Amino acid sequence: MRKGKIKINEDRCKGCLLCIEQCKVKEIIQGEKVNKYGHLVVEFKNSGKCNACTLCAIVCPDAAIEVYEVSEEKVNGK
Amino acid sequence: MIEKIIYKKPDSLTDVNFSYCPGCGHSTVHKIIAEVIDELALRENTIAVAPVGCAVFAYNFWDFDVTEAPHGRTPAVATAIKRVLPDRLVFSYQGDGDLASIGMAEIVHTANRGENITVIFINNTNYGMTGGQLAPTTLLNQKTTTSPFGRDAKNYGYPFKMLEFLSPLEGVKYLERVKVTDAASVVKTKNAIKKGFSYQLQNIGFSMIEVLSSCPANWRKEPLDSNKWIEEEISKVYPVGKIKDIK
Repeated sequence: MRKGKIKINEDRCKGCLLCIEQCKVKEIIQGEKVNKYGHLVVEFKNSGKCNACTLCAIVCPDAAIEVYEVSEEKVNGK
Repeated sequence: MIEKIIYKKPDSLTDVNFSYCPGCGHSTVHKIIAEVIDELALRENTIAVAPVGCAVFAYNFWDFDVTEAPHGRTPAVATAIKRVLPDRLVFSYQGDGDLASIGMAEIVHTANRGENITVIFINNTNYGMTGGQLAPTTLLNQKTTTSPFGRDAKNYGYPFKMLEFLSPLEGVKYLERVKVTDAASVVKTKNAIKKGFSYQLQNIGFSMIEVLSSCPANWRKEPLDSNKWIEEEISKVYPVGKIKDIK
């Protein structure tokens, strides 16, 4: 299965929680950190279940989520 | 480990944070438009006309040319720009108070003239910036600050369906209603906007995309509940789908 991870831009996140509803593997949770604008931002659990489906990022109104596809390092292109 | 980025903030958005409330549909549509402009590689060739309303600061968020128009007159300004610079992608971005109320004359005549522009119409069933007053698009029985007991047809009339109203006009070439409540509908909205822009680039004529958009602060609802309300109530009055497509 494809492995992925996301990076949440905490300055842009407004804690609307739309991404949490979209995430099928429940890798995003409501965090406890408050950003400089007073919004309670979401957190990425990073427990290895993210498959880089990008649904969270597509639905994020504030373009606060970056999605990465993670793969093992290849040796000699193999 | 190799990390390959597959989704990021579009280049056509600046680093300025949106001034919209958490979960607001305006933010999503701004982002989608920026993505479409990036994909079409038209950042240097686009002129947007921003409305009066919550989206009045759109020029702070989009990293391409954006100008401002008096309340409701966005289609008139976009008409002028498109006629003087016909090689540019010109689109008007308007809310429902701006387009369906104070700018009614401008949008109807622009559509009837069949101006080769694209209109992005954000329908959140109330005047957002001024505090949630009744708009022509407000649903029956919907409570707003100026209809505290709910909209009744006798005093306030019926919800105005702009796309159905403009549909018979000969100058109108493409009309579609979409929503931004989940990932699938966001992708559909993006495709609709892309189609509207591509019709303009092919000189086909006037196109308008209505986006059912949430206004959590003025609806007094959480963002997730607002999207649910769009699915359950607003979509019934304003059904999503293609209203007109001459192709």
